[in-house]
Amino acid sequence: MTEHPKLHIPQPTARPGEQPDFSYIELSDAGAIERPPLDAAVGDIEHLASSLVRVLDDEHEAVGPWAPELEPETLLKALEIMVLTRAYDDRMLRIQRQGKISFYMQALGEEAVSVGQGLAFQDGDMMFPAYRNQGLYILRGTGLVDMMCQCLSNTRDMCKGRQMPIFYQNREKNIFTISGNLTTQYPQAVGWAMGAAIKGEDHVAASWIGDGSTAEADFHHALTFAAVYNAPVVLNVVNNQWAISTFQGFAGGERRSFASRGPGYGIPGIRVDGNDLLACYAVTKWAAERARRGGGPTLIELVTYRAGAHSTSDDPTRYRPKDEWKAFPLGDPVERLRKHLERLGHWSEGQHEALEVKMKEKVNQAWKEAITHGTMTEPPFLDVRLMFEDVFAEMPEHLVKQRDKLLRMRGDAS
Amino acid sequence: MTQMSMIQAIRSAHDVMMEKDPSVVAIGQDIGYFGGVFRCTEGLQKKYGEHRVIDAPIAEGGIIGTAIGMGVNGLRPVAEIQFADYIYPGFDQVCSELSRLRYRSGGEFFAPVTIRTPCGGGIRGGQTHSQSPEGIFTHVSGVKTVMVSNPYDAKGLLIAAIESDDPVVFFEPKRIYNGPFDGDPNKPAVSWASHPKGDVPDDYYTVPLDKAEVVEEGSELTIITYGTIVHVAQAAAKKAGVDAEIIDVRTLMPLDIDTLRESVSKTGRCLVAHEATRFCGYGAELVATVQKECFWNLEAPISRVTGWDTPYPHAFEWQYFPVQQRIVDGIRKVMEAG
Repeated sequence: MTEHPKLHIPQPTARPGEQPDFSYIELSDAGAIERPPLDAAVGDIEHLASSLVRVLDDEHEAVGPWAPELEPETLLKALEIMVLTRAYDDRMLRIQRQGKISFYMQALGEEAVSVGQGLAFQDGDMMFPAYRNQGLYILRGTGLVDMMCQCLSNTRDMCKGRQMPIFYQNREKNIFTISGNLTTQYPQAVGWAMGAAIKGEDHVAASWIGDGSTAEADFHHALTFAAVYNAPVVLNVVNNQWAISTFQGFAGGERRSFASRGPGYGIPGIRVDGNDLLACYAVTKWAAERARRGGGPTLIELVTYRAGAHSTSDDPTRYRPKDEWKAFPLGDPVERLRKHLERLGHWSEGQHEALEVKMKEKVNQAWKEAITHGTMTEPPFLDVRLMFEDVFAEMPEHLVKQRDKLLRMRGDAS
Repeated sequence: MTQMSMIQAIRSAHDVMMEKDPSVVAIGQDIGYFGGVFRCTEGLQKKYGEHRVIDAPIAEGGIIGTAIGMGVNGLRPVAEIQFADYIYPGFDQVCSELSRLRYRSGGEFFAPVTIRTPCGGGIRGGQTHSQSPEGIFTHVSGVKTVMVSNPYDAKGLLIAAIESDDPVVFFEPKRIYNGPFDGDPNKPAVSWASHPKGDVPDDYYTVPLDKAEVVEEGSELTIITYGTIVHVAQAAAKKAGVDAEIIDVRTLMPLDIDTLRESVSKTGRCLVAHEATRFCGYGAELVATVQKECFWNLEAPISRVTGWDTPYPHAFEWQYFPVQQRIVDGIRKVMEAG
């Protein structure tokens, strides 16, 4: 191979068969990072973009100024939703392997992001999620049956069969529809937040993308507009280390943290332990309340690890060590919250095992109900007329003609 | 009624709608304090405030992306893209997002965004200030596409676009902002004052978003066109001495097929003309539609006069533009065939 010494091609620290190496992830001790006041100036808190806010220490205690005051009931609810998300993912992955749905994406290892951050928002706040935020949908009250029916494109599918699996939405609970075009939701969230400010409301918007998606132009658009108009928005980068097969260095993560993009725009950037539910909550609560008080946007980088494949179409054993997750220094978010609750005396191993069984059963029951609304191979099926609806508010003549032609071809013209 | 240029008519449409509906906001480069590089929003920021007539960063993707978010949040944004030639950084937000929000969400989410943008050449703009990209947008399912040809329609159609719950891409040929243009660049410019469509009501009215207009009735030939070329075609038909029926399509998507069918079925001959490039241009759809709807009434092959399939050159502007003589030649070709 010819040498190209002036061209840098980023290389991950370990490939298949090699020892995992996360020495590149800079860590801070739990409790070590100060929590600034809500009206702190960006220039005074730039260090938050390179340090790592952590609350749970190695002894599973919540320590330091970011330790939030959350009731045990709230923490137990958070744990339940994380366990439920994992059980849902596990079942849906197997259902995809059985050929009953066409595609699936797990959130394995990243459950604290959606659940911890989601707890920090109010009902009237608008969420613009990415495709690995299923915990957010569950947290805000989307039923498992509804989510499964979306994945099945059946007669109860909220998207009427227009979207591939996992592209959920919940209008009533203020969760936006998911796009496959990455980062498009980022400027949209900023626009929604600008709209709230124009209308004189106190709602804030939030959006999520991955580390790889920060390379899109819409990331720059969103941060520019958020900064220019001081939009009440919380912009989140879930740095799970991998964008399909390219590690975060291919989005520019080798030079500076993703959070440090924020201060460049005059926006606070906070890097947080994404597997520490308490830290995720605390940092997001800070950003949401700052925005609600008129303090403007915050960029949060959540350092986590994509424990599963990118999707059911991916095979990560071809590009990264098989057991890399086990070496990840920030551990498993579910285990960390569980141990914290055990330490507080609110939880036990027996209770946790019982919860896992209960959540699995809940998922199984939901699946049984979901398939009564149809599957890809079993009736009831969606009416093909739906293909032509919702292109416009009212169906124009050319679509009426095309619909009727299709129906005639099928022999079921009315 | 007031005599208005197309610029004044577009400004009046904003004014009427911003007065009528507090959810209407405008966003775009230079549109606020300055009033727009073509003055289409002049005075509006002073009247309605900086939070409703918003100067934007130079980022078309950001303008359209944030307009979508505002639309989802219950506002009716009118986004100005300074030149149609600059719309491409925002194309993903139009093509993948705005056009399909309603569809992909099963009807639960939509953004009633109107995107206004000056298009077309004949103003010495070279290849980056002269394009007519309407055919790129009509090819996207889920956006309505309009190109206006006069002040009366511009105001009525823009109000209809703002009120529409569907996204609308609204093209304004800048060559005719200040007056109709008959395709002869050697003649002195004329204003809208002497044109009947320069009489514009001061108040609210709409022009429907799915109706073409027969601007000249005739019996020998139908010319189907839109934008600046409507005026060029009128002059060319007169010069050719042909009793032509001239149709201004106005709304390209959805297309008013009935008006095209009725006309060509009557005349038996059809010429399609537009300023944009020919290959896969909107005219191809018009030709295919007329062929399907009127084949047994046609007495001659349908013909097209368009811009050439090159970028729009600065030096050869009037060789590129479908000037009067090219349309006269096109008319003769259709009249002599068959």
